[in-house]
Amino acid sequence: MGGRVLLIEDEPNIIEAIRFILSRAGWRVDTHSDGSTAIEAVEARKPDLVILDVMLPNRSGYDILNDLRQAAATENLPVLMLTARGQKKDRDLAEKLGASRFMTKPFSNGEVLAAVRELVPE
Amino acid sequence: MPRAALTGSRIRRFRLDRGVRQADLARDCDISPSYLNLIEHNRRRIGGALLNRIARALDVDPVVLSEGASATLTSGLEAVAANAPAGEGLEPPEDFAGTFPGWARLAVEQQRRSETLERVVEVLNDRLTHDPMLSASLHDVLSTVTAIRSTSGILASGEEIEPEWNARFVRNLYEDSQRLAQSAEALVGYLDAGGDAARRTTLPQEELEAWLDAQGWNIGEIEAGADPSEVLAASGTELATATARSMAATYLTRYAADAESVPMVPLLDAIELGRTDPAALAGQFKVGFDLILRRLAQMPDSAFRGGLAPGLVLCDASGTLTFRKPVEGFEPPHFGSGCALWPLYEALARPSQPIRTEVVLTGRDTRQFTLHAFATTRFPAGFDRPGVVEATMLIVPRVGDTGDEMREPLEIGTSCRVCARGDCPARREPSILSLARAGA
Repeated sequence: MGGRVLLIEDEPNIIEAIRFILSRAGWRVDTHSDGSTAIEAVEARKPDLVILDVMLPNRSGYDILNDLRQAAATENLPVLMLTARGQKKDRDLAEKLGASRFMTKPFSNGEVLAAVRELVPE
Repeated sequence: MPRAALTGSRIRRFRLDRGVRQADLARDCDISPSYLNLIEHNRRRIGGALLNRIARALDVDPVVLSEGASATLTSGLEAVAANAPAGEGLEPPEDFAGTFPGWARLAVEQQRRSETLERVVEVLNDRLTHDPMLSASLHDVLSTVTAIRSTSGILASGEEIEPEWNARFVRNLYEDSQRLAQSAEALVGYLDAGGDAARRTTLPQEELEAWLDAQGWNIGEIEAGADPSEVLAASGTELATATARSMAATYLTRYAADAESVPMVPLLDAIELGRTDPAALAGQFKVGFDLILRRLAQMPDSAFRGGLAPGLVLCDASGTLTFRKPVEGFEPPHFGSGCALWPLYEALARPSQPIRTEVVLTGRDTRQFTLHAFATTRFPAGFDRPGVVEATMLIVPRVGDTGDEMREPLEIGTSCRVCARGDCPARREPSILSLARAGA
């Protein structure tokens, strides 16, 4: 049985597909779509893993990641970053801010599932 | 008389370039060396059969010897030669055009095509690098593709899916495919700008500038004393977005105030008398330098020599270009900052000090301009509050023989990525163009 995943993403159909895939694999999936309240959502849900989109309404995923790494409770929380921008500078920024993994859209279901299993072994 | 205008001189130059001795050429053409010598020094007229014999012996078109290569072809070849690597010893363009007229025309045509393509690359590069509309469009397409890939992956996995979820995913797939088609269509339409790429409007500022361009940058109603709100109302749907209309209202209000301080008729009279120096005009109308620079850019093209009214750019304290009126040969960048060598930015550091700089644009056509810059600081919030700085730069094209030679003009570009200057001390990033040799 998998752990608890918080998916922070604003595309409804991506949310639905990822939630379905992970749920079927035994993970409990919570979702959140607003960048400005993402930190509160992490604190409230206490997930084992966060899947975080970079381009979110009201706040960048990079800013959210930075805040997570500054707080003692979440400094080591596994974070899988999702983005449509796959340039080296984007990867470098994600790595510098402390992303556990960086995945560029469009990705496959298998890639997401493998990354989640790698970051939070069942 | 110019050497190129003389048939004899041309014969001599072609002969020497081909390494043929005077005596040998004379023998081949059945004339004495002394007679050929007189011809080559333009002391005997030549034409007809003898000219044809000499041309045949020198392997050159007789017309080239009698008339020279056409000025257009020669100047076109000079533009081609400007791109030659440093130290490359090229024959004079007229020789090449004379010997190989077909190849010369082809080279000039290729050069023109290359310049056209460079312009398209400049526009597309500017857009790909900085355009928020394109960035958002691509993000939308990639996100939709991701959703389709994930959803179709679930449906195609072969695993059993509850009917309710199955119906849901099929519906999502349909919606996303519709959305992708729309996004792709919009993206193609956006990129398919063709030759008008530089004029496409994507931002409210561009929308306003396109509207002003359509008016010729001179608003007759305002010049006649109309209220800005009436002019704005009459613009109908040409200014589509609320933001562009708001920016237009601000612009027209300032325009009206400027026109009241410097009415068009006396300003046109002064220009007609050749009084175009902004400092003198500012004194004549008793207004600030910034105002007179703006007014000069608002006058119709027909008022100026060569039918080209000056261009204008404004920037705030951050260096952001807040207004752009391009002029032929000087297209300020639509996104990002301009060339750091523009006096516009020097004026920011030296407010209230008028700066005039003679410049030559690097790259394709090396046009010359006189730039007048001036920066002002306002304190709209009163004492102990931050000042608002604005720099203004008038871009005056130098048309024809102005009677005053430029002394060591400053080599500038319009922005780093499309600037060909190879030795620029202020370069921020590499150019996409081939760089000119240092100091060239």
